[in-house]
Amino acid sequence: MSVNLEHFLVLSAILFAIGLFMVLSKRNVVSILIGIELLFNAVNVTFAAFARFVDSETALAGQVFVIFVITVAAAEAAIALALAMLIYRNRGTIDIDEINLLKW
Amino acid sequence: MDDTGSVVAFWALAVLTVGSALGAAAVRDLVRSVVCLVATFVGVAGFFVLLSADFLAVAQVLIYAGAISVLMVFAIMLTPRAERNNAETFFRWPALAIALSLLGTIAAVALTTDWATTGQGFEETASVIGNALLSTYVLPFEIASVLLLAAMVGAILLVQED
Repeated sequence: MSVNLEHFLVLSAILFAIGLFMVLSKRNVVSILIGIELLFNAVNVTFAAFARFVDSETALAGQVFVIFVITVAAAEAAIALALAMLIYRNRGTIDIDEINLLKW
Repeated sequence: MDDTGSVVAFWALAVLTVGSALGAAAVRDLVRSVVCLVATFVGVAGFFVLLSADFLAVAQVLIYAGAISVLMVFAIMLTPRAERNNAETFFRWPALAIALSLLGTIAAVALTTDWATTGQGFEETASVIGNALLSTYVLPFEIASVLLLAAMVGAILLVQED
């Protein structure tokens, strides 16, 4: 019994599916952000697994990409939570069913 | 990765990560959901160690399990108790169907493709990544620093009271 690339790919696919379910179905803005962080983590595991298992001339390029993904994810989380606070201050709720100003 | 330690570590981390991710999606209270999310982040850091990405594991624990989860707890605490539920909209079952079909597609592709894999891991990654960031990837590195500055100023500007 051994652990191969396929194990990591299927595992990160499971994480991605859970994150996608949360993004598509949750009512609360912070829950949707939790789902987005799960998506980022699933993709990062895939990058690290390919960097480890697949032979290439640019070794560790996958890991460098993960560092940039983590950087952008941190910036995204800060801005998105600031926007959630702003929506709560203006509308009195962060339930996405209630935030329907653009709905005709 | 044929040795027993790697196999045991993989399955233990897989149970921890997937279980706590399912918990984050299933629990009703948002604070508990964030706690489950921290467990998921720690499990992913364990996967990075298993994939001989030690620098990434440290960055994962510092940034995700440390900073981002604290930021989320702050956002939850700044909204009232009534806004702390983790319920789904009417879109629950279609979303579940979409997520499961995507999972099936990715898993089928991953299992049927013939990946050209090699066996060995990396000896040491931190110094190689440091050199790469300041030579090959210096332009994205500088852009990332400007992006972080812009995000910080933007977040402060968005939430400041008049």
